[in-house]
Amino acid sequence: MTDAAYTPDDAVLTEADKARAAALKAMARNLGISMLGLGILGALWAFGGWLITQSDGMRAFGQLAPGPTLERLWDMIQRGEIWPMSAPSLARVGWGLAIAIAVGVPMGILIGRIGWLRDLCNAPFQLLRMISPLSWMPIAVMAFATWDGAIIFLIAVAAVWPILFATAAGVRRIDPAWLKVSRNLGAKPVHLLVYVILPAIAQDILTGIRLALGIAWVVLVPAEYLGVSSGLGYAINDARDSLDYSRLGATVLVIGVIGYALDTLCMLAIKRFSWLRSDT
Amino acid sequence: MTRHAAFTTNAQGQAPRGAALPVARPMEVESGDRAPHSPKAGAHVQIEALSHRYRGMSGNCLDDINVTVPSGQVMALVGRSGCGKSTLLHLISGLMQPAQGGVYIDGNRVNAASPRWVVMFQAPSLFPWMSVAQNAALGLRFARRVSEIPERVPALLEMVGLSAYADRNVQDLSGGQQQRVALARSLATQPELLLLDEPFSALDAFTRRALQQDVRRIAKELGLTVVLVTHDITEAAIMADRALIMAPDPGRIVTDTMLDPGPERHRDSPAFEAERARLAHLFETTA
Repeated sequence: MTDAAYTPDDAVLTEADKARAAALKAMARNLGISMLGLGILGALWAFGGWLITQSDGMRAFGQLAPGPTLERLWDMIQRGEIWPMSAPSLARVGWGLAIAIAVGVPMGILIGRIGWLRDLCNAPFQLLRMISPLSWMPIAVMAFATWDGAIIFLIAVAAVWPILFATAAGVRRIDPAWLKVSRNLGAKPVHLLVYVILPAIAQDILTGIRLALGIAWVVLVPAEYLGVSSGLGYAINDARDSLDYSRLGATVLVIGVIGYALDTLCMLAIKRFSWLRSDT
Repeated sequence: MTRHAAFTTNAQGQAPRGAALPVARPMEVESGDRAPHSPKAGAHVQIEALSHRYRGMSGNCLDDINVTVPSGQVMALVGRSGCGKSTLLHLISGLMQPAQGGVYIDGNRVNAASPRWVVMFQAPSLFPWMSVAQNAALGLRFARRVSEIPERVPALLEMVGLSAYADRNVQDLSGGQQQRVALARSLATQPELLLLDEPFSALDAFTRRALQQDVRRIAKELGLTVVLVTHDITEAAIMADRALIMAPDPGRIVTDTMLDPGPERHRDSPAFEAERARLAHLFETTA
């Protein structure tokens, strides 16, 4: 082969290298900006901690500053306290979300598909949605035999609405031509569900789950102030009662980090199931 | 259940892009089976005293339609917008039910959609979360004939000239390529009747011309009966053996004529141009 024959390949390689370099650059830039954002948050936290120590009446809360909190967090990690503290909370959120998905997705599909059912459910669902999940607390405590049951109920009640409404909105956006083509090819209702409706709205369902997860994680902590003696909410309450503020700060940080990690997982799942070509 | 034979393509399978599609022929059929795409496999369609009215409308949108389409014929329904030709196609397909009268395919009344008579619509409406091959295999999946997919789908994609695209996402394809996938998807279940609802009207002129010729050739090779809805006189002349001209208010058939645009159906040939002009004249005077 002559040298000239290599030229196109070289050009292609150069283009590929350029694309890879651009992607790496974009990734580094995103990472840098994220780190900068976290840095600003940390600086604000440190400034708040410094302000507290300057005030005579507030000095007792100085343990909430980054230094003592991070020191205590490292100590808790070394003692292996994080997982036993977080696991019951994760289990409760997991069960609550599972129930919300099991109710919200089928109900959302029905409401999205059946006009009269949508009209029938609109007013009662909007009314129920606007009730703060925590206001169900007394009823939940009476209705469930265990504290765990009550907490899971509260999480499910909070999480079901975003999943249900996102699913219904996704179903309504399905191109009617897809359903017509499928029926034309002999699809039964179960085929429509498995091959058309669920793949078409997977992204909507996951977006609803992501929103629901955020709400569930927020509801979890106050819900765990109920009679349970495990979980992150209990750990915060316990730290407050024992005036152990560095432990309280470390637990709050753990809640934030786990919530952020779960949200990132949801985002990755949304990306995985997205079929829209917006960037290619 | 009858097992259907797969398509195979002939030796001209490596046609260049933009050229005519490779010609397909039915494969040898297992003993005891009827060849689903032998030249006599096309459905016999009988439309009897069919009238239709949309809910809330005062008059009929279709009035007293009586048509027989013999097996293997390519028939064009030509008319202006709003004359009811697409409605008639939907009624034939079973996607809609007529208010009066009925459609009979091989003597059986059409009550519902079936993979034995499939519609190709104006938009390909492929599923963007699936690859080309998965889209083409959909009808077989719905018909619980999954075991046929590995053999039939590659043959179908070869027939429509998209073998190289089997694993690509359909969103990567051009409009014409997407319509070819839709054609492969329609043919996967080996239908006896292909109903075309202006399937090429959204395509550019060059792609449209190639597909018009290819679809007719494939339909003839497979012995399919075809009903084509179009408002394009030239398209009817290129593709159809017979044209029904429809007029609106209420939608009715005003002209029924056989077409003979010459053996090649070449749009530059005098025979084609004369036949096209005759059809255009009939359309102008009756529709």
